[in-house]
Amino acid sequence: MSNDDAAAPAAALQAAGGPGAVPVNGVPAASGEDAGSDGWPLFEVFVRSRRGLSHNHVGSLHAADAEMALHSARDVYTRRQEGVSIWVVPSTALTASSPDEKDAFFEPAADKIYRHPTFYNVPGGVQM
Amino acid sequence: MYGASVGEGDIGRGDLDENPGEQGRFDALVASESRIEPRDWMPEAYRKTLIRQIAQHAHSEVIGMQPEGNWITRAPSLRRKAILMAKVQDEAGHGLYLYSAAETLGISRDEMMDLLHQGKHKYSSIFNYPTLTWADMGAIGWLVDGAAIVNQVPLCRCSYGPYARAMIRVCKEESFHQRQGYENLYVLSHGTPLQKAMAQDAVNRWWWPSLMMFGPSDSDSPHSAQSMTWKIKRHSNDDLRQKFVDMCVNQVEVLELTLPDPDLRWNTERGHYDFGAINWEEFHAVIRGDGPCNKERLAHRVAAHENGRWAREAAAAYAAKQAARKETAA
Repeated sequence: MSNDDAAAPAAALQAAGGPGAVPVNGVPAASGEDAGSDGWPLFEVFVRSRRGLSHNHVGSLHAADAEMALHSARDVYTRRQEGVSIWVVPSTALTASSPDEKDAFFEPAADKIYRHPTFYNVPGGVQM
Repeated sequence: MYGASVGEGDIGRGDLDENPGEQGRFDALVASESRIEPRDWMPEAYRKTLIRQIAQHAHSEVIGMQPEGNWITRAPSLRRKAILMAKVQDEAGHGLYLYSAAETLGISRDEMMDLLHQGKHKYSSIFNYPTLTWADMGAIGWLVDGAAIVNQVPLCRCSYGPYARAMIRVCKEESFHQRQGYENLYVLSHGTPLQKAMAQDAVNRWWWPSLMMFGPSDSDSPHSAQSMTWKIKRHSNDDLRQKFVDMCVNQVEVLELTLPDPDLRWNTERGHYDFGAINWEEFHAVIRGDGPCNKERLAHRVAAHENGRWAREAAAAYAAKQAARKETAA
């Protein structure tokens, strides 16, 4: 719950920022003390809605293991035929860019406008 | 289904100057209708407000399974039973989407559950009313889920990304909930005189609690303004309540039933229906814990959690055993 400097760097290494992307480090709550659901690891869920499309992040859930995560993901995220394929990934396995380094990380692309077709002048009347 | 904006709680303003540069960026993102994402800097009061609101919303979905679960075994046909089971399962799903959205703010699901079980977190007051007859399944779908939709649609544009995304899923699923309820009531109100009387009785009992779902009047809702500034909230409680009343007047006519409010009449000047005074004493009493079913609902929730402990332990033990076997084999 804290967003102070101590908690931020650890959290920054994890989670993709989607609906269930959780900063699992620096979370003050107890975990694993009893067999509560949070004693179970967190999984991020990705669903391919139909053939020809890529898997998209839809949320997250807690499960004892990957197999259980897959079954729970089917029940929680595809009750209305929203998917033909599901991936579950332990949230701790994700590496994400940090919002803190947003400028340094993404800005180098901003001044390379010649990478876009609109940069170029084409004589009138030419069909392209 | 949805928890009304009850007990929005204390939100301190003391942190506004905690980080002026980040605060500026946060304010600009909110002002530009962009979204705040989990790992962005956010004011501590914004985080706390969201945790409280999303957790309360999640708890409402979970507690909300009880009044309807009460009728699953007694649904009058296989069709109605299948519908009711699907609806109750959806409510569980909605609770899970919302818990996972709240978890992105740095609170664990176990912690939220504990707070609910200890009575320190609230849920919507509507679920503390009993479901006495089968017609209540219709009235809940039509009125309670109807009010929930009016409340929830603006939340799809909430400034906090994970909450907004969860609400989009919830709203997609919620419209079936309202329609099945309306259909249920329509069948009853066009059935035998006894069935029609049962439908009217259910509407009479659920109407006022449904209006209370929108939360206290604007003049009595001190934190609304801050939530509007943060774009967590898009419309005032009273505006949403008015919208709901205007919708229901037409819908109740088709049902050939009436709403239990002698003061309900069209106001040409305002372009809206006027309606009678809400019994806020009842509202606050139910929130305080003195509603008809508060103790029963919470006791049932705690018992379900305790009785499920062996299953959670078994799943954890099985996972540990499988992992150990894999390690030995490798």
